[in-house]
This record gives sequence, structure tokens and C-alpha cells, in this order.
Amino acid sequence: MLAIKAENISKQYRLGQVGTGTLSHDLNRFYHKLVGKEDPYLKIGEANDRSTKGESEYVWSLRDINFEIEQGDAVGIIGRNGAGKSTLLKLLSKVTKPTTGSIKSKGRIASLLEVGTGFHPEMTGRENIFLNGAILGMTRKEITRKFDEIVDFSGVERYIDTPVKRYSSGMYVRLAFAVAAHLESEILIVDEVLAVGDADFQKKCLGKMGDVTKGEGRTILFVSHNLAAVNTLCNKGMVLENGKLIYDGMINGAMDAYISSGTTSSNMYVSESHDENDIKEIKVVNKEGHLTSNFYFNENITIQILFTIAQEFVEEGEIGIRVTDQKERVVFSTQEKVSAFTKTGNNLYRVNCAIPKNVLVPNSYKLLTALHVPNKKLLSVKEDAVSFTIEETGTDFHMYNGADYGCIFLKCKWQNSNN
Amino acid sequence: MTEPQQEWTETIESNHSLFDLKLAEVWRYKDLVYMFVKRDFISGFKQTILGPIWFFVNPLLTTITYLIVFGKIANLPTDGVPQFLFYLSGVTLWNFFSSTLTGTSYTFSGNAGIFGKVYFPRLVTPIATTLSNFMRFGVQFILFLCGWGYYLFKGNVEPNIWVLMTPVLIIMMSLFALGLGMIFSALTTKYRDMQMLLGFGVSLFMYLTPVIYPISSLKGKYRLLADYNPLSPIFECFKYGWLGSGNFTLAQLGISGAIILVILAVGVVIFNTVEKTFMDTV
Repeated sequence: MLAIKAENISKQYRLGQVGTGTLSHDLNRFYHKLVGKEDPYLKIGEANDRSTKGESEYVWSLRDINFEIEQGDAVGIIGRNGAGKSTLLKLLSKVTKPTTGSIKSKGRIASLLEVGTGFHPEMTGRENIFLNGAILGMTRKEITRKFDEIVDFSGVERYIDTPVKRYSSGMYVRLAFAVAAHLESEILIVDEVLAVGDADFQKKCLGKMGDVTKGEGRTILFVSHNLAAVNTLCNKGMVLENGKLIYDGMINGAMDAYISSGTTSSNMYVSESHDENDIKEIKVVNKEGHLTSNFYFNENITIQILFTIAQEFVEEGEIGIRVTDQKERVVFSTQEKVSAFTKTGNNLYRVNCAIPKNVLVPNSYKLLTALHVPNKKLLSVKEDAVSFTIEETGTDFHMYNGADYGCIFLKCKWQNSNN
Repeated sequence: MTEPQQEWTETIESNHSLFDLKLAEVWRYKDLVYMFVKRDFISGFKQTILGPIWFFVNPLLTTITYLIVFGKIANLPTDGVPQFLFYLSGVTLWNFFSSTLTGTSYTFSGNAGIFGKVYFPRLVTPIATTLSNFMRFGVQFILFLCGWGYYLFKGNVEPNIWVLMTPVLIIMMSLFALGLGMIFSALTTKYRDMQMLLGFGVSLFMYLTPVIYPISSLKGKYRLLADYNPLSPIFECFKYGWLGSGNFTLAQLGISGAIILVILAVGVVIFNTVEKTFMDTV
């Protein structure tokens, strides 16, 4: 049984400011409509890629998306920033309409793009429960019936008759989520609302959402950057990239597709100098030898380096890598004598450095690569030339989100003490 | 294996009918209308000492100001009606109209935060605004009744059967304000110029409406201008019924009604068109 079926949905946005130019486009569009022609601005537009400067004022935030969602599925929608996730949610929750295409659904859709939508600071917790519930589409009767449960879930019983402007931000979020969690809709759409609240409450919410799909057979669409949460909650996944659906299937496949999707140009460096001593090329590759910049925690990372070195330094020279994390902390360095390698050409060396898996914790790292004679001469150094990211897909760390647990995970030997 | 015939309960599409008001859906959200009205009421008076008494203070002070400026200083005629009562009736009606119009015109720009995050029939908001203002009008009308009762007791006013028209007049006015408000709210989403226009437009419009003067005091082209204003016969009819002096014909009232219905229809169409995509342009 299908819950949602989307056919050819696209969404076009106009870039830049709304100003005097807008009126002329509007009039032109209106004229075309009057004489029964197609909208002239729908033919143009390009894929939404933030980093490149586009030709057109119009961009397609989503382009020709087709998918079907089965009833009872929990679908995680993942993608890098600007991939079109939020736009898709907006279309599904009817906040704005698609430029083309249609979405059909069976059952009431409730969307939670934000918690506490419409909360009025001057009103009490009790009044806000009713207001927010009504905004989300509940009737007074439904809310009255669930009122005690909502208050109980939120844990702010004592403050329920106090205006919410006196609440701490945590209490505010708790109350807001409590209302949303008790929505009775067949289809629930959730944006990254879990990014708020403390770890305890986040867990409680994730648990509640898990109950919702597993126990009550509801369909959930969940958008998050928190891959770990998506991984635990969802059984299906959709991956968006630049407004296109690049993967639709089981969640594990979606994780793979996501990790190989956002590869940036920084996974490869090519030198332009012609020095005798030079690091010519640095590549970040996975175990299949493909260039990439995103890895799982339990995946080997290989750095391929191509360098040339003058004969006089071969004996004493060393090639080394220093890994720095996002907070500019040096995590570790590793090096090897050039004489340990065999050259592949005219003073040309092609070497691999394998960074073991299950060591670097999920984070972004950049590399400093250096060719040097220890304590004597720096032959060539490439600072921050390449970088890579280890994605959080549900390792032991994700529950400590925000806490500093270090940069390296070490499997230490733990055992009972004998004395 | 053949796909079982799927029954869809909802379809989201790029095209839609202009007049599809989805009134059934609005009705399903009636509790939201109630909550919005309640919110307007509560938020208006939280942390005030006088609370709803402010409902009375506003028209009372405005009336006294008009009494001094237009009545005593400018010496405008009031058709033999006690000045205080004349201005009070004008102010009560006008307050209702202008606050409904301004309130509904902020539908999109003022609620962008909510509209951008959750769907409900957008028509709920202007309806709730109109209802809130309706209730406020109800309270202010009590003030008017007090003043009117006093002068009636003194024998200064002679009401007649046209008093019974009052509910019709009020409904006409609220529909007019709602229609205009929807037009402005839809246009402001893209062109903020409309908000500027509305800001002083409303205060200028008051002078085109027989609020502080009886329409009988206008002559020539000015009279023609005021006659075209759909509000004129409404105000005059109200004053005629309650105060015994006003200048209108039933035909004028009918034309007013027709104009109002046209404006309401235009408002609904524009509102419906904008509602779907306003989040992209607001």
C-alpha cells in the first residue's frame, strides 16, 4: 500500500532580489498565460549548485523527482546542504506548491518543520498547547484527550500555567515537541527538529519517533544531517544531490550513496611547480582506489602521494603527513624514509600511506604533506592541500554529540583488576 | 502482479482552481480560528492593568478629540445630531472597518513565520482577524449604546425602523474590509509598496467616508466622489437608523453591496493564487 507517490515534481526559484525587474517578468508571464503559451521562464534555469556562478537567474531547486513511499516506512531524506531536502519537505507539507508535477498521498500529512510553530510568548503553556496543536491540525477534542499525556511527556507540569516567555529555552522546546509528538496523522514529516534540546531529551524524542513508525504503523519522512539518527530511525533512504534524486532504496544503500556523493575537489592536489624536489600529486582514495573525500569510521583511508626528489637527498630524505582536525588540533603525524621506497621513474616516487580504520573519530581533517631532510632542509611542503571527512553514521560517539571526546578512538585493553 | 487500485486522499499539484476555497477544510480548522481569536484577545491585554477597558478608552478619546477639532474648532455640521453621539457612531464604525482592513492585510507578511513551517488553510487567518475585530466592535458598540441611551433618554435622537439594518451593515462592512484586506495582503507578499500605500491610504479613506461629516454637507463633485464610496451609504444608513439623520437610498445600498461582493470575489481569487507560492516571494 502506498502512502505517498510523487511524480515529476520540480521547483524553480528565482535568484537575487525582488525588485523592479520582478514586475516586468511577472507581466511577461501573465501575458504568456493570457494568450495560452507556456511560461517563458520555465524553459530556462539550471541545476542548483551554489559553488559555481550560474548563467541564469532561475535555478531548479528540485528537478523531476519521482518516488513512492510505502505505508509504514520510515524514510530518511539525506543530502548535503542545498541539495533540496528542505524544498522537498516544503512541497510535501504544502507550505509551497511545486512548479511542475504532483504529489498524491493517502491519509493526513502533518509536518514538523519546526517545533513550537506559532507559540505565543504571552500565552501560558496550557494555552500554547491548544494553539500549537490547532495549528498542526488537531481539533480541540483531540488535544483535550491527550492533554495530560502531552504535559507528562514534556515534563514542565509545574509551569503549565505560566506564560511561555518565562520558560527556559529547553522547557520551551520540550513542550513544543511534546505537542508535536502526539500528533495523530498517518504521515509525519519531520525536519531537523531534534537539533535542539539536550541529549536526554533527544533520545526520548528519537525513541518516541521510533515507536511511532514501528508500533503505530505510521509513515515517517525524516530529514536530518545527523546520519546516525537517520540510520537508527529509518529503514529506507533517499539521497538528494543538486536537486536530483540520486538514490532511493534501503537505508544502507542510501548511506553509501550519500558518502560517495559530496566529494569535493579537495580530495586531490596537483602541483604546478617544476622544482626538482616537489610533491607532485596528493590523492585521497578509498579501498577501491576511487577518489573520494568522505569515509565511514570503519573504512580504510589511503593517501596516494607522487613526488620527485633529487638524488642527493634520497638517502636522508623523508616523506611525512600531518593530520589536523577542524579545530586546528594536530591529531598525529606519520613519516617514512624515502630510501624505503623504490623509485618508479626518474627520481619519481609513487607511494601510498594507509590510515587505519576505526581510529580517527568522525570529523573533518586536513593534511599537511611534507618532503624533508629531518632537521636540515624542507624540500617541499603542501599545507592543507587535501582534506577528507569521516561521517558520523552511528558510531559509538554520536550520542555524545557536541562533547569533546578527542580525535582518536583507541581500543584499549580493559579487564578485571586482580587485586 | 497488478497494482491494487490506490485511493488517494490528497493531491498536491502545481495547478489549481481559482475559486476553490476549500471551505470544508476551513471548517475542519474551526478550532484554529477560535484559538487565533483567543490569542489576539490574550496577547492584546497581557500585562495591562486596565485590560479590556482599553477597548473603551480608545474610541472615547478619539471621539473627544474629534469633538474638539472638528466640532468645536472647525465647526463642521452634524445634521442636528448631538456632536458627541455623531462622532462616537462614526468612530465606532470606522474603527471596525480600518482595523479589520489593516489586520487582514498583514495576513501574509505578518504570519510568514508560521506559514513557512506548517500548512493550514490560509483563509483561517483573515477570518480569525475579522472575527477578533468583530468582537472588539461588539464591546465598543456597548459604549455607543450607552451614549445613545443617554441622548435617547434626553430626547435628542429619534431612532427608526432602519436600526434593524445594523447587522446587515456590519456584515457588509466586514466583507468589504476582508476583501480589500485580502487583496492588499496578497500584493504585499511580493511588492511591499502596497503596505506603504495602505498605511496612509486608510487614513485618507476616512475623509472620503462620512465619518466626521454628514454626507449632506458635501456638494458638487465632492458629493459625487463620496457617493461612489461603498462605505458611504452604510455609514449614512447606520446614522439614519440610530440617530434619525442620514442621506441614502436603498439603490445606493444595493450598489454598495454589489461592489463589495465584486471586491470580495477579486480578493478571494488573488488570495488563492498567492497562497500557494507566497513563501517563495515574501
